[in-house]
Amino acid sequence: MARAPLLSERARAQDARAVARLISMVEREDGSRLAELKALHAWTGRAHVIGITGPPGAGKSTLTDKLVAELRGRGRTVAVVAIDPSSPFTGGAILGDRIRMNRHATDEGVFIRSLATRGHLGGLSRATAETVRVLDAAGYQDIIIETVGVGQSEVDVVRLADTVVLVSVPGLGDDIQAIKAGVMEIGDVFCVNKADKDGAERVVREIRAMLETAVLNGAATRFSELYAALAAMGLGPDAKVETGSGAAGAAGAAAAQGDEAADGYFQAGAAHHIAKQARGHDELALPPVLATVAETGQGIKELVDAIKAHEAGLAATGLLGKRRVDNLAWELGKAAADRILSGLEADESRGFVRARAEAVLRKDLDFYDALDAIGESLRGRP
Amino acid sequence: MERKIRVLVAKPGLDGHDRGAKVIARALRDAGMEVIYTGLRQTPEQIVGAAIQEDVDVVAMSILSGAHNHLFPRVVDLLKEKGVDDVLVIGGGVIPDDDIPGLKAAGIAEVFTPGTPTSVTIDFIKQNLKRKA
Repeated sequence: MARAPLLSERARAQDARAVARLISMVEREDGSRLAELKALHAWTGRAHVIGITGPPGAGKSTLTDKLVAELRGRGRTVAVVAIDPSSPFTGGAILGDRIRMNRHATDEGVFIRSLATRGHLGGLSRATAETVRVLDAAGYQDIIIETVGVGQSEVDVVRLADTVVLVSVPGLGDDIQAIKAGVMEIGDVFCVNKADKDGAERVVREIRAMLETAVLNGAATRFSELYAALAAMGLGPDAKVETGSGAAGAAGAAAAQGDEAADGYFQAGAAHHIAKQARGHDELALPPVLATVAETGQGIKELVDAIKAHEAGLAATGLLGKRRVDNLAWELGKAAADRILSGLEADESRGFVRARAEAVLRKDLDFYDALDAIGESLRGRP
Repeated sequence: MERKIRVLVAKPGLDGHDRGAKVIARALRDAGMEVIYTGLRQTPEQIVGAAIQEDVDVVAMSILSGAHNHLFPRVVDLLKEKGVDDVLVIGGGVIPDDDIPGLKAAGIAEVFTPGTPTSVTIDFIKQNLKRKA
C-alpha cells in the first residue's frame, strides 16, 4: 500500500517545514515528489504570479522586500522565490537576496525561498515551475519570482509569471539598449528604480519611447495583446468617453468588471503611460512606466497598484486563462522533449541509434530513413 | 541529482562586523555548497525562520559582540521548539576558550575561533551533517 503523501497535506495547511521540504525534493528531482505534487495539483492555479526581472544591482531584492510589505499591508499572503546563480566551476552559490528581505522571516504570512540556478540558463532554476506550484497549493496568494540578474536574453520568467515587472536603473547605457530585442519586450509593468539618481528621467523617457515605437510598428508584445482585448470590450484609454454609449451589450457583465479593471490599469501610473502621439492625434496605450526608489519606499504603492490592475485586466479579458494555457503547453512540450531525450540516452536506445548510424555509413539506409526508424522506435515508450 | 549541502550563514546580535561571515560564506561556496547569507543584526527568531524556509542542513553563526552565550543557545532552543532536530548548528567569532564547553553542552556542535583555516570548517561540516542523502 502506498504511503500517504503526508508532506503535501501539511503543506496545504501552510506548514513552513513541509513546504520547505517539498521544495528541496523538487530541487533534487526526487522521484517521490511526484506523488506529493499530484496530490497538490487540485489546489494550484489560484495565486497571482509576479515576475521581477532586471539587470544585476537594479534593486530587485530591495524592491521585492518592499512589495512584500505593501502586499502584506493589503492583507495578502506572499511567497517569494529568489534565484541566484550557481558557480559553473564549483557548483556552489551565494544566495544573497534574503539579506534585503529577512525581516519578513518571522511573519507567518510570508514564505521566502532562495534557489540556485544549478547550471540552468534563462534566468530561473529548473525547479522554479514546480516550486511555484507547491507555494500556490500551499495557499500563498501572491507569489513573487525574483530572477537572477539578467542580461539581454534571459526571458524564461514570462513562462511562469502572470505579470512581469521589468526593473531598469539609470546609468546602464544609451537608448540603443532600450530597442534591443529580448528582456525589454517582456515587461507588463516597467519600473525605473533608483529614480533619485541622475538620468532616471531620461531612462523613463527612453523606455516610453521604445514602447511607443513598438505600438506604432504594430509589434506583438504582451501589453499590445492586453490592450487589444480591452479595446474589443470597448475599454481603452478613452473608455470614459465610450463606456456610456456603446460598450454595453456584447461585453455585458464582463464589461462591468472589465471597466473597473481597465480603469484601474489605465489610472495606475496616471499620465505616465498614456502617451499622446502627434501623428494622427491618437492616444497610444502604453504599459505603466513607474519611477521608484525602493530604498525609501517611494513609488511602491503605485507599483503594486499597477501590478494588481494588470492582473485585473488579464482576468477581465480572459487573457489570464489564455496565457496560462500557452505557458503550460510550452512547459509540457519541454518536459516531453526532456523525456524523449532521456529515453534516447538509455543504453538500449544508444545501441539502436548506433546500429542505424552504421547502416547509414554502409548505405543500407539514408540519414532520413534512419531518423524515421529512431522516431518509430521511441513511439509508445512511457 | 546529487544532494547539495545548504548552509545558512547568519550574524545574530548587534555587532556590525561581517567580514568573517563573508569569508566563510565564500569558502563554503567554493567548496560547492549553497550558502544563504542573511546579513547583519538577525534575531534568533529570524535565523530560525529562515533556516526552516530554506531547508538548510547547517546553520553557521558568527558573533563578535560577546553575546554568544545567550544568542547561540537561543537558536538551538528555537529550532528544537519548532521540531527541527536534523540541522547542524555551528558558531564562530571572538569566543573565549572558557565559553566553548558550555556552548557545546547547549547544542552548538563546534566553535571556530579566529585563525581557524576554512578547510577545517568545511571538513567539519561534511563529516557531521545530521541528514544523510
